[in-house]
Amino acid sequence: MSAIICTDLCKYYQQGDAVIKGLDHVSLEIEEGSFICLSGPSGSGKTTLLNAIGGLDALDSGEISIDGERVDLLGKAALADLRLHSIGFVFQAYNLIPVLSARENVEFVMQVQGISSAERKQRSSKILKEVGLEGMEDRRPAQLSGGQQQRVAVARAIVSQPKLVLADEPTANLDSKSMESLMAHFRELNRSHKVTFLIATHDQRVMEWADRLISMEDGRVVSDELQQAIR
Amino acid sequence: MAMPVRAMSTLAWRNLWRNYRRTLIMLLAITVGVWAMIFMTALLRGMVDNMVRTGISSLPGHVQIHAAAYRDDPSVSHSMPAPSKSLLEVLNNEQVLAWASRIKVPAMISSEQDSRGVILLGIDPENEIALGFDISDITGGRFLNGPDDHGVVIGKKLVQRLETRLGKRVVVMSQDPENAIADRGFRVVGVYEADLESREDNFIYAGREVIQGMLGLGTDISELAILGHDYREPEALATSVRNAVPADREVLSWLKLDPYLSTMMQVMDGFVLVWMVVIFLALSFGLVNTLMMAVFERVREIGLMRALGMRPSAIIYQVLVESLMLLVLGLLAGNILAVGTIVWLKDGIDVSAVSEGMEMMGASSVMYPVLQYPDLILANAVVIVLGIITSLLPAWRAAQYRPVEALSST
Repeated sequence: MSAIICTDLCKYYQQGDAVIKGLDHVSLEIEEGSFICLSGPSGSGKTTLLNAIGGLDALDSGEISIDGERVDLLGKAALADLRLHSIGFVFQAYNLIPVLSARENVEFVMQVQGISSAERKQRSSKILKEVGLEGMEDRRPAQLSGGQQQRVAVARAIVSQPKLVLADEPTANLDSKSMESLMAHFRELNRSHKVTFLIATHDQRVMEWADRLISMEDGRVVSDELQQAIR
Repeated sequence: MAMPVRAMSTLAWRNLWRNYRRTLIMLLAITVGVWAMIFMTALLRGMVDNMVRTGISSLPGHVQIHAAAYRDDPSVSHSMPAPSKSLLEVLNNEQVLAWASRIKVPAMISSEQDSRGVILLGIDPENEIALGFDISDITGGRFLNGPDDHGVVIGKKLVQRLETRLGKRVVVMSQDPENAIADRGFRVVGVYEADLESREDNFIYAGREVIQGMLGLGTDISELAILGHDYREPEALATSVRNAVPADREVLSWLKLDPYLSTMMQVMDGFVLVWMVVIFLALSFGLVNTLMMAVFERVREIGLMRALGMRPSAIIYQVLVESLMLLVLGLLAGNILAVGTIVWLKDGIDVSAVSEGMEMMGASSVMYPVLQYPDLILANAVVIVLGIITSLLPAWRAAQYRPVEALSST
């Protein structure tokens, strides 16, 4: 995936008589293998931008290209295929399927992809071990703590080896140790497999891991700086 | 991309039991609905079957032969010769289970106390039994011993009306071909009971040869009744017989001889389908409501699945599989309950409290459920097909959710 190119993105929301600018003429270019943090206060447009790039939300205007393909022009089925094969999501709320176990949640995307049972089991066991959930594979979300659920969600996002990971406050409910472990894992994936990471966060400690920091406010990009990742 | 059938099925099954109370209530509704469809249909089929069999089995048979003018004027003057050789060949082939020739004329029967108009049947008792006369209907005395038996067998109701009894003499009077009175004394040798009291009142049995002698008919007969293998398919038999008799004979199947019964049978098939569809329509409101609730409760989850890469068609499939599972479980329970009820009631339901009303329709006072496999298949097919169609709305609705809105719902 060579680049994500966002050109003049606009997304507006109507709230009564007021028009809220979710995205206000946002333009960005993201190279393959980037590790980027999106920062900004609540309502600044971070989630809106992630949703737009992931094809979860339609724009009012603007263009998004991923690997040369116009995402904003794709139909529902094509967008679903793009998300299935190329994009991993980590949401602000853990968003696990409550009737599936931790392992089944992690394997869900791979099942939809058509990966064999043996390979699914092998990958899910490995990733759950890496996120520190070995021995909890058969527990349902209701039997896991908030942090554990988030780790399942992260495992699900990366187990299918996507080229792009869009993470919205992935460490919000994690303790420091878990946060460090998670970010280290992200960074490893980024460096070894050139997985592109776009992480929306308030957490300064998370921002320290990024190569590039984009700040947003009121739907606009207010700063876009490269930095030396501390980790 | 192939649908991950196993994943969807696992998810559907577990989602079905997330709200087990609601699922159980819906299951109960489907079970009762299916039970009603199958059991009530079996009961109605049994009633119609009984009406038809009662109506045609012993007297009309499946096919009858008469002289052309006999049905307009069933008197002795419209008799016909005994069966010819070509007709006998047809009557003795494998299409025919049994046949009987009869004298059947209006007559008057008189006892010491009273007189009644009746239908006098001169019969070969052995052939009538083969045709369908149930010997267990003889509840007093005996049946006739042969076509030359000099006794008479009358119905229990007629015995009461004539204030006579077994062993007493009665006089039977009719007209011969010269319109002269022909009468003869008979001893009551047997009393029969029938499902329909009207039959007991109207039909009396005597030996064919004795009646032929009494009326001066020689070997002529009034009608020839034929029994085939399936009362539902009498026309083929009628055609074979028609080809073997002279042109001045009238050969009719029971469908034409008794249009009331034949209409009942034809209407029944249409009624069964309408009945099943009506029951299912009543069920379908509950089914749609159950699925809609299930979808509304899982909006966020549906949004998640869309976000993870499931196509809208997969969401539709997911909901339909869940619905199908519910329907299949309900069908299983409903079928078992219905078949169990039918087996349990194989000896019939006694409705003699309303026997007069039943008799007006030509039905007996005991209703036997009759399970026909096409009805069983139809009931299941109606539930599955209409159930899937009904489920399409909630399934489509689920697939329309925009992922970002669905994910942010509470």
